[in-house]
Amino acid sequence: MLRAPHSWRRVLTIAPPFVWLILFLLLPFLLVLKISFADLQFGVPPYTALAEFKDEALSIVLNLRGYVLLFTDSLYVATYLHSVKMAAITTVCCVLIGYPMAYYIARSEPAVRNLLLIGVILPFWTSLLLRVYAWIGILRNDGLLNNLLMAFGLIDQPLEIYRTDLAVYIGLVYAYLPFFILPLYANLVKLDTRLLEAAYDLGARPWSAFISVVLPLSMPGVIAGAMLVFIPSVGEFVIPEMLGGADTLMIGRVMWTEFFNNSDWPMAAAVTCVMVLLLLVPMVLFQYGQVRQLEMRGGRR
Amino acid sequence: MNDVRPGASWSGAADEFVRIDNVVKIYADVVAVKSLSLSVGRHEIFALLGSSGCGKSTLLRMLAGFEEATSGRIFLDNEEITALPPYKRPVNMMFQSYALFPHMTVEANVAFGLKQEGVPRNEIHSRVYEALDLVQMGAYARRKPAQLSGGQQQRVALARSLVKRPKLLLLDEPMSALDKQIRQKTQIELVKILDKVGVTCIMVTHDQEEAMTMAHRMAVMSEGQIVQCGTPQEVYDFPNSRFVAGFVGSTNLFSGTITVDEPDHVQIESEQLSRPLYVDHGVSEPLGMEVHVSIRPERIRVHREQPSTDVNWGHGVVSHMAWMGSYARYQIRLDSGMLVEASVPRLAMMQDDAPAVDEEVYIAWSDDSATVLPS
Amino acid sequence: MTRPNPRLRALFLGAGYAFLYVPILVLMVLSFNDSAMMTTWTGFSLRWYHELFADRALLEAARLSLIIAAFTATAAVVIGTWAGYVLARMGRFRGFALFVGLVSAPLVIPEVVLGISLLLMFVELSDLLGWEGSNGAFTIWVGHVILSMAYVSVIIQSRVRDLDRSLEDAALDLGASPVKVFFQIVLPLIAPALVSAWLLAFTLSLDDVVIASFLTGPGHTTLPLEVFSRVRLGLKPEINALATLFMLLVAVFVLIANRVQNRRGYSA
Repeated sequence: MLRAPHSWRRVLTIAPPFVWLILFLLLPFLLVLKISFADLQFGVPPYTALAEFKDEALSIVLNLRGYVLLFTDSLYVATYLHSVKMAAITTVCCVLIGYPMAYYIARSEPAVRNLLLIGVILPFWTSLLLRVYAWIGILRNDGLLNNLLMAFGLIDQPLEIYRTDLAVYIGLVYAYLPFFILPLYANLVKLDTRLLEAAYDLGARPWSAFISVVLPLSMPGVIAGAMLVFIPSVGEFVIPEMLGGADTLMIGRVMWTEFFNNSDWPMAAAVTCVMVLLLLVPMVLFQYGQVRQLEMRGGRR
Repeated sequence: MNDVRPGASWSGAADEFVRIDNVVKIYADVVAVKSLSLSVGRHEIFALLGSSGCGKSTLLRMLAGFEEATSGRIFLDNEEITALPPYKRPVNMMFQSYALFPHMTVEANVAFGLKQEGVPRNEIHSRVYEALDLVQMGAYARRKPAQLSGGQQQRVALARSLVKRPKLLLLDEPMSALDKQIRQKTQIELVKILDKVGVTCIMVTHDQEEAMTMAHRMAVMSEGQIVQCGTPQEVYDFPNSRFVAGFVGSTNLFSGTITVDEPDHVQIESEQLSRPLYVDHGVSEPLGMEVHVSIRPERIRVHREQPSTDVNWGHGVVSHMAWMGSYARYQIRLDSGMLVEASVPRLAMMQDDAPAVDEEVYIAWSDDSATVLPS
Repeated sequence: MTRPNPRLRALFLGAGYAFLYVPILVLMVLSFNDSAMMTTWTGFSLRWYHELFADRALLEAARLSLIIAAFTATAAVVIGTWAGYVLARMGRFRGFALFVGLVSAPLVIPEVVLGISLLLMFVELSDLLGWEGSNGAFTIWVGHVILSMAYVSVIIQSRVRDLDRSLEDAALDLGASPVKVFFQIVLPLIAPALVSAWLLAFTLSLDDVVIASFLTGPGHTTLPLEVFSRVRLGLKPEINALATLFMLLVAVFVLIANRVQNRRGYSA
């Protein structure tokens, strides 16, 4: 039976996706790690091999050029910090805007709820590229927003938003808002309203009932959603590229430049590894939450 | 001191069709079933009775094949089935939630098991309708489970588990999903069908009435073990422990010491009663031993006048009384302070003659009413 | 019945949805604007749609993207469902945490990380196997499958968890082997979720820029790549038309997925 701990049936069921994932996810990443220690070389592939067997001697060369540069060059350090900062602020904004939305959707009547949910899912499924593109037209100096504000006489000089950090913030929050709302909604919709009723019955006002009942219980959803926003934002490329200025330093852009413009694969690999290292703690947090959630919703004893 | 009480904890059956041999089930560090042995006879309906967590469901799942026994063996019709997966056993189960496949019609549901066997098409058809007629659901063959009531779903589930003519039928809390009103009627109907088909059946329940109504024999389980096994009447009349006495039906428990120990009767002195207890059979416990005595509420009579015997009665005040329709339920506080419950049938007492609250009364019982329980 | 404050509710939901939809609506409106300028409306016109359909490069890219997306969605559903089922039904096994980590990694990891990892793998592979072929539709397809399968497994895993386990037990009890149980009982009952998952994987593939950039080869331009290279330099009106059509397509998908999930609502 499938529940016997060591039956071959079980192994046959679990193995294929596991092997696929190891081959196409874990191994490739280990490759990135390996390449980050290689040296730039002209040709195909544009990096040196790590180990060489010549004259009966095995030499393994670990090139630390990339890492040294990353940790000493202030520009790289600044870029990393800036990326984390942007991701953090984006996450906070998503929480502030997304929590009320998720809450009100979850507390709506089922018929309305479904419609509202579609309203969030639709942008989520729609091309990110095209939606970000729309913001260009809105935020440009001669764009919709400025023209509107000037038409109403609120400003007489156009606001410089496009090609600044602010535009990137807007773009990031816009893109990742559904990523925060959906997992949080999934959590809130399972909230037992009778808990709230019990709190009111015991004399709590709406706001304190929210703080003491809803907020703590929704924490797993908030954390899951926050991680789904924060982690990818750190390494985001498309949005800063389209909306940001030349000084909008984000690590995703740096990695892209190293790879595509400089053809410096080892460097790009090193940038990637440090990025993943940075994100390790939030990622582990996220996975831990996933595993816990899987266990808690476990089937039979 | 011959213990002549019938029905001690012997679990053997005359014709051992199902034999469970020292089966143990351990989950991580929890022992769910502790070295349990049991035999069930051919055509017998056997009930496993116990509260939740006693291990009865685990045992049932081991019989079905969904759990593997940590140690021990299970035999069915002299063949060992211990390691067989559920789809290879000649055992079928009726699930507590019925587990009817929602995307299939009633007919397809019942036919499912036969299809897996590779039974030819026309034979499937005739057997499916035979099974549906047995449970009187033939007219609903084309409906989907969602369109049926709870009772109807149960019947389809029964048909589905019987159509394969299993050697052993397992029932998991068969009545739990039904309203109390129709439970009794359904219990009797179910037993009639099972008797007609002649299938050997093991059922699991926490409802003592259900076990007593439906089963030929039953076992009371607690903490992974069988505490007592026998016919419902045996277990009820002669519980072998305080646990069984209190679990199967309700009872009054007195504690005392054996002061007279004869082969054909014993007498027990208790602090809770002013007069001694007289029991009309011998017991295996020796003189001077501390024992418990169980007397069922329906065995206790309530009188206004003092009884003429000098044993088997007590004196107290009515603390609570309720008319339950067919009988009166009395709660009487004896002089010693102990609360005793008595059930007096309507016929034995006229309504305006019944002693009321705060009245002084005497309770009495016959010599064969009490059961001595080992401590 | 405790109900949330209706005024606050209207405020937050109204503002939130406005934020989400204003750019979409702007694009849609502009796609019908006769003028190429964003800020002046010169009249209703379909010229950008005409230009869109005359644009060979764009149409070719669209065709490629749709093909890749269809293959991606199908493969992602197969592997993702398998992974999701394992997560939901196989309990704890050795390496469970690693498995969960790998399955959900693409959900969180920045796409550039995925892109470079996969490209390097293909490079090493071609080096090892002496495989001459260059990257293209196939490599993009693999990358997209890896990305989408994470989303598929989340959807399927959640759906299978909600499935009444006693149904599978009953099928086993009635003589069906575990494989038959999966195909005859589980699969039909999670079918709506499979449809949703397919559609989601399809749109993810259709929209991807980063992974396609890393894994593409000469002559294999996907639609997003084409659009991206054009809009880096500024606004292009025919893109507005494309965006409108795209959003309508997605709207149809979402509504289909929603109807399918709600209609076959078996309480299983």
